[in-house]
Amino acid sequence: MNHTISILCDDQPGVMTRISGLFSRRGFNIESLTVGHTELPGKSRFTIVVRGDDTVLEQVRKQLQKLVHVIKVWDIKNTEAVEREHALMKVEVAPEKRSEVLQIITALQARIIDSSDTVWILEITGDTNAVNNAFNLLGDYKIIESIRTGKISLKRGLLAK
Amino acid sequence: MSEKDKNKMTITGADAVLEALTNEGAEIIFGYPGGATLPLYDNLEKYGLRHILCRHEQGGAHMADGYARATGKAGICMATSGPGATNLVTGIATAFMDSTPVIAISGQVPREQIGNDAFQEVDITGITIPITKHNYLVNDPDTLSESVHEAFFLSTTGRKGPVLIDIPKDVLAANLKGPDKSQKAPVLEGYNPTIKGHSGQIKKAVALLKKAEKPVIISGGGVVGSGAEDALTEFARNTDIPVVATLTGKNGYPNTDRLYLGMIGYHGTAAGNNAIQKADVIVAVGTRFGDRTTGPLRNFAPNAVIIHIDIDPAEISKNVPSFLPIVGDASHIITSIADQLGTKNDSKRNEWRDYLLKLKTDREKPADDSRLNIPLILERLKKIVPDPIITTDVGRHQIFTAHHFPVDRKNSFITSAGLGTMGFGLPAAIGAKAGMPDDTVISINGDGSFLMCCQELVTAVEENLPVIAMVMKDQRLGMISQLQDAFYGERYNCCDLGNCVDFTKIAEGMGALGIRVETPEEIDDAIKTAINSGRPTVIEFILHEQGNTYPMVTGASLTEYIEE
Ligand SMILES: Cc1ncc(C[n+]2csc(CCOP(=O)(O)OP(=O)(O)O)c2C)c(N)n1
Repeated sequence: MNHTISILCDDQPGVMTRISGLFSRRGFNIESLTVGHTELPGKSRFTIVVRGDDTVLEQVRKQLQKLVHVIKVWDIKNTEAVEREHALMKVEVAPEKRSEVLQIITALQARIIDSSDTVWILEITGDTNAVNNAFNLLGDYKIIESIRTGKISLKRGLLAK
Repeated sequence: MSEKDKNKMTITGADAVLEALTNEGAEIIFGYPGGATLPLYDNLEKYGLRHILCRHEQGGAHMADGYARATGKAGICMATSGPGATNLVTGIATAFMDSTPVIAISGQVPREQIGNDAFQEVDITGITIPITKHNYLVNDPDTLSESVHEAFFLSTTGRKGPVLIDIPKDVLAANLKGPDKSQKAPVLEGYNPTIKGHSGQIKKAVALLKKAEKPVIISGGGVVGSGAEDALTEFARNTDIPVVATLTGKNGYPNTDRLYLGMIGYHGTAAGNNAIQKADVIVAVGTRFGDRTTGPLRNFAPNAVIIHIDIDPAEISKNVPSFLPIVGDASHIITSIADQLGTKNDSKRNEWRDYLLKLKTDREKPADDSRLNIPLILERLKKIVPDPIITTDVGRHQIFTAHHFPVDRKNSFITSAGLGTMGFGLPAAIGAKAGMPDDTVISINGDGSFLMCCQELVTAVEENLPVIAMVMKDQRLGMISQLQDAFYGERYNCCDLGNCVDFTKIAEGMGALGIRVETPEEIDDAIKTAINSGRPTVIEFILHEQGNTYPMVTGASLTEYIEE
């Protein structure tokens, strides 16, 4: 099953290695990992998406919690959280396809953030499904390259327990 | 040093480290110098720290571990960058697996060379992430002292474990910008071990135990780690509940007590393993249910609900589902349960207890004294030295010692259980002796294992640490041959050690006393001579027979064992 692990930790060198090592040694392939600063000085938050056996992942969660610089770990159910992912896609759009692609962009609520001749860079924000849709729909055209941030996730409500 | 002297001088990184070590009550460093740690060596004397020069950094790490296990205080080892640091790795992993407080200090190449594949550069913090509780690469001399204090705090609290501090040479040599301030352990937001158990869970445990008809207690290594030996002993005696042990938990309960049923697991006793498999309630204290303890997991303790007491929440339901987990410090929790349960000698349980005690006593017999064998040697040793500190290597002799050398005193049985590190016995004994100089310290060695760290005999001689190494010379990797015997159709491949080694000559060559024993009649004299000599001694016991160690689980559950 897919799990979204959220980790609040000290912003310290090596934290990332310690965290990812606990996944890799158990043979988990991390599907996405994002990290960034938070409103708290010196604190970072990771969102890690990983697929794997529930009990083994529960063990990983507990081991993560034991890391000295990790303050709190949540295995977030997506029903209790808001999730966003961001993607950039560089697409080649032949002149005769312009209006078609523009329609798709509108439908996806994507934006064109750069264009030179036939090469456009599009920006898509949404939950993982929305970003997957963008890749599906634009897959019929020529995607030159692309990047996804991976999911970021926050639990709803006043305070995450 | 007086305050005035301190203010006069500039404080270097090395000073900050040594000062912090002294503040933490450190007395001894087990180390081996090299280029990167020279700034520390240059200042050692000033702080009155005793340095014990090991002859291999692995030995130094095991010494620190032996010191820690014997004294209950953190043990310190130190090595230079590169090969010095990598030589510590086995010792650090050994301490990690058995949760013992070891502080490892390694030198590192100067900051500007890090990442350049400089001479003797190795990423030791990277290497040791999975085998330390925490580690540091300290790049700022002004944070050195804080890191050292933090390291001690982490290493000795909660679930104990090794912590490594890696320090670039130029950080050791640099002057601090500010005063050397940090004295006490800092507050770490992400590190708050639970000490007191949850009162609701404790109540439930009491209720379960009141109803239990076939209860048993497992003493795990956490009993020793927490210092819960007395609490556990009182609890078991007041409730008349039999006690079994894991290898690290053997020293958590007096072995000569009538309720003690011995070790459980692959080499568990008949009474111990039957107790587990037939119990209805198990109180498991400070055990991680390692595979050597449980045997095949699916058949472990099929009839029991498990009350699992552990300070590490990650141990709860890791291997064995805990019906009732109680996270916290063992001695606190046992005391709380005991207080609420009171004295309870339930006649319903007498039958259960007597059944187990009979399983135990039926198998008690004096060792065969017609030929030289390990149980006999241990039996004689116990008569001559009733309460030594015992260390072991890894193999058959280790299991024999667990079964045949009862220990009653705290911190007196020291063995590498989790990692099973051959070569641990001698250096651990030296570390123990350094910390407990008034104790008789004896290591029980295999002839294979002994050679893995035998160079430390020199350390014992030079440092005047008279330990006694009893080498069980069966001329083979006994445990390996036992496995080949049981599971590989007696195809004894590559476990023959030959007969070219004369352990008495090794002893003499390193300045120690060497004694050979070939017959039962010579045992007592040899041990007495060793003790009276006041010198480090190797006693070589020539064993002529296979001497497999039993019981041994060969089937799919702990009660499917062979007894001979
Ligand atoms: C460093 C290391 N290498 C290999 C092993 C695997 N091993 C476990 S027991 C054993 C044999 C030990 O032989 P010896 O020290 O002579 O003790 P005996 O079993 O004969 O009592 C071996 C090789 C180990 N535990 N540790």
